Amino acid sequence: MSPNDQVILKITDLKKRFDQTDVLNGISLDVRQGEVTVIIGPSGCGKSTLLRCLNGLEPINSGQIELNGQLLTAPGTDWSTVRQKIGMVFQNYELFPHLNVINNILLGPMKVQKRPRAEALAEAESWLDRVGLKDRALSYPRQLSGGQKQRVAIVRALCMAPEIMLFDEVTASLDPEMVREVLDVMLNLAKGGLTMLIVTHEMAFAKAVADRIIFMDDGLIVEQANPEDFFNHPESERAQRFLNIFQFGRVHRDKN
Amino acid sequence: MLDSAISIFTAGRNMARIFEGLGVTLKISMISVLLSVLLGVPSGLLMSSKIRFCRLFFKLYLEFIRIMPILVLLFLFYYSLSSVFSINLPAMAVAILVFTLWGTAEMADLVRGAVTSLPKHQWESSRAIGLTEPQLNIYVIVPQAIRRLLPGVINLTTRMIKTTPFVFFINIPDLVKVAQQIVEVTGMKNLLASVWVYGLIFFIYFAICYPISLFSHYLEKVWQD
Ligand SMILES: Nc1ncnc2c1ncn2[C@@H]1O[C@H](COP(=O)(O)OP(=O)(O)O)[C@@H](O)[C@H]1O
Ligand SMILES: [Mg+2]
Repeated sequence: MSPNDQVILKITDLKKRFDQTDVLNGISLDVRQGEVTVIIGPSGCGKSTLLRCLNGLEPINSGQIELNGQLLTAPGTDWSTVRQKIGMVFQNYELFPHLNVINNILLGPMKVQKRPRAEALAEAESWLDRVGLKDRALSYPRQLSGGQKQRVAIVRALCMAPEIMLFDEVTASLDPEMVREVLDVMLNLAKGGLTMLIVTHEMAFAKAVADRIIFMDDGLIVEQANPEDFFNHPESERAQRFLNIFQFGRVHRDKN
Repeated sequence: MLDSAISIFTAGRNMARIFEGLGVTLKISMISVLLSVLLGVPSGLLMSSKIRFCRLFFKLYLEFIRIMPILVLLFLFYYSLSSVFSINLPAMAVAILVFTLWGTAEMADLVRGAVTSLPKHQWESSRAIGLTEPQLNIYVIVPQAIRRLLPGVINLTTRMIKTTPFVFFINIPDLVKVAQQIVEVTGMKNLLASVWVYGLIFFIYFAICYPISLFSHYLEKVWQD
């Protein structure tokens, strides 16, 4: 599904400071319905902070965030309601260890959205089936691998029926052989037309999934482009340098 | 041989006195544990709070209580208070006061440990699915904190039961003191008196503390995460 023109998330001149350090120096970004936006950039450039500001986990210093025309940065925003519409999955898959998989997933739909258990359960099971974890519904988090936990965390966010999903380096803590299973789930969500804002260091994945690449450095958007252009001909010098980190030239050894 | 046991436990009010002593032991330890839990939870939350003065105050308090032998605290409140300030607290009140001061310090430290050991992500993941602050505490934080707290509380309870014999230094006839008195009186004629009486005391402590510790192991197994 190709993105249509309706902007669902509009960020205008967002600034964020921790103590004396400026972390976000004026980010402006529109995310359209059904669009997959991938944010890349060096460690510490403010990617996580940006995502955390979008669902109110961090207070911002100035700027505006609008979701479907609703100004989230106005005082008195009910973040509990907003967060149902903005799902988020973190790098450190934090399931609730005292609840089994199905109760981890049902907590939000039942307690926050007050949906009937039977209906929420049916939906949760169908999502678990789609991510290949139907048989793990009664397992506890400690019985799952990292990749399985991360897939459950994704389902837990999806069952709130969010309008947009934020993914913050969800494969960064995984063993290499588990990265693929999680990325495949995200690729399928992209095919299904979900609006996603993804922070990742998996460049091949970014290339495959993105409608648009955003390159950030020092709390600013330095460059944005479609994936082909960005990866083949990055315009900014900083993006070129960043992409070079992922390239290895052939080593020429002196033979003597 | 069994006659010697029967003669001790049926003589006079011996058996009744043992149960009275047991009552004293349980009364002091149970009331103190209850008060310690009630006072220790808010103290522990203050200890883990962002307010530096609170953290410092409770840390000093905890260190002070830990350094002082219980016996010194008992003497301090029983004898010194009365001679310096002419405050005469009944021995029972002093016992409960001292055990509560001790228990509150330990309990506060347990609560602090339980809350600060929960990863910050538990709060963030809860908020990210839209849970409100009260919901997040009820469904996510408190259940996990209790799980981490319970073994410590049960350990504190058994330690308190085992420490109550100190109260006989301020003239409260607890289980052990009663036993000693019975042995003193009957020991002259009955050489096995100390074996029978202390054997019974051993059994009573075991019968109280062992189920508590079994219960704790059971919960740890059920709740392991
Ligand atoms: N809670 C915080 N307190 C102070 N500084 C922080 C905090 N969170 C992040 N930072 C700082 O903000 C900068 C951006 O961090 P982050 O958004 O996590 O970067 P990224 O996700 O791009 O690696 C870093 O320099 C980091 O040290
Ligand atoms: Mg980050």
